[in-house]
Amino acid sequence: MKMAQSSEVPAPIADDIGPHAPEGAHAVPRRILLSVYFTLLVFTGVTWAVSRVDLGQANIWIALAIAFVKASIVALYFMHLRWDSPFNGIVIIAAFFFVALFIGISMLDTHTYHQALKPTPTSVITP
Amino acid sequence: MTSAKLGMWVFLGTEILMFGGLFCAYSINRHMHPQVFAFAAESYLNVFWGTLNTLILISSSLTMAWGVRAAQLNQRKLLIVCLILTLMGAAGFMVIKTIEYSAKWDEHVWVGKWNAYNGLYKGSEPATPGPMPSPVVAVTPTSSAPTPTDANAGLDVSMIKPRYNGPGGLANQTIQQPQESRESLRDPQVIAERYRDLSASEQWHVNAFFSCYFLMTGLHGLHVLIGMGVITWLLIRAIKGEFSAEYFTPVDLVGLYWHLVDIIWIFLYPLLYLIH
Repeated sequence: MKMAQSSEVPAPIADDIGPHAPEGAHAVPRRILLSVYFTLLVFTGVTWAVSRVDLGQANIWIALAIAFVKASIVALYFMHLRWDSPFNGIVIIAAFFFVALFIGISMLDTHTYHQALKPTPTSVITP
Repeated sequence: MTSAKLGMWVFLGTEILMFGGLFCAYSINRHMHPQVFAFAAESYLNVFWGTLNTLILISSSLTMAWGVRAAQLNQRKLLIVCLILTLMGAAGFMVIKTIEYSAKWDEHVWVGKWNAYNGLYKGSEPATPGPMPSPVVAVTPTSSAPTPTDANAGLDVSMIKPRYNGPGGLANQTIQQPQESRESLRDPQVIAERYRDLSASEQWHVNAFFSCYFLMTGLHGLHVLIGMGVITWLLIRAIKGEFSAEYFTPVDLVGLYWHLVDIIWIFLYPLLYLIH
């Protein structure tokens, strides 16, 4: 909730750095650092709590969604992406996109070789 | 400054792609043998250490972000304090990782030929009744098996059936307090029972979980060690007073690296420790 409020405020808040600061520099206010930290702690607790409830297939997707939200918060605030050049954000989003593409396409045909990976009785016994 | 930062982001992008390969191997293995992953994670991973490490890494991310802020605002002493705290967080993480890895070694579930679930196992005979794929070693509990802990005293552990093997809650009915069921899953006798209930194909794949676990946490741990190295380098330069509001690029870039290490752990924690 606090995060939503702070996002209304323009980027350079109260204690911005001096006139000699390098281009693109922005000191993250203490309030944002701390609220991000506590949000991350709360989400860690939520991940742990949800994992103790058996929701079948949904468990993994909820866990991944929470992890993704946590990662986004870290990237946006701790890693300054929110105030940074959008190009840096594009680089990291592209990396995540290609990993998703890689895993997604690799998963597509797993059933085609699943049977072939089952061990024969002899392969279990060590010589 | 801007170009240096872009270069760092491109490097972080390649890091994500490198870990992506391991996440892909993990996804395929878990998708094919979900019960194997549930069995191995519940039997051998300690949720307490995993959660504690998550909290430690998030905290060290906070101190790193605060350190960048301190550098930007010319607060030299605060920067030094933040870097020391971050370094302590990283060291704490590695200490816990060492505790966990040593436990895996003691339980004969390390990588490759040091993993009792691997058909090529070459280590000493497990003292615990930990199951082995080789028919040479019997899976029945031996007298050397550790006695059940007080929490399980008076409880017939052989009655516990794996959760997936029957209607939900069957195992919990045997144990009066469901909260302790996760703890009892690390009991060697329960492990042996559950292992025997796996199909031959699944038994054969148990060591795939450990390959994923050690490769992913190992590569991540290597990044933490490298992070400790560069943060120490920052600390030395900060003590010399080389950083200021006009020049703090190294602090900023190491910060980005450290947060990425945190982000990767944020994904590893639920994927490895919280499976069931």
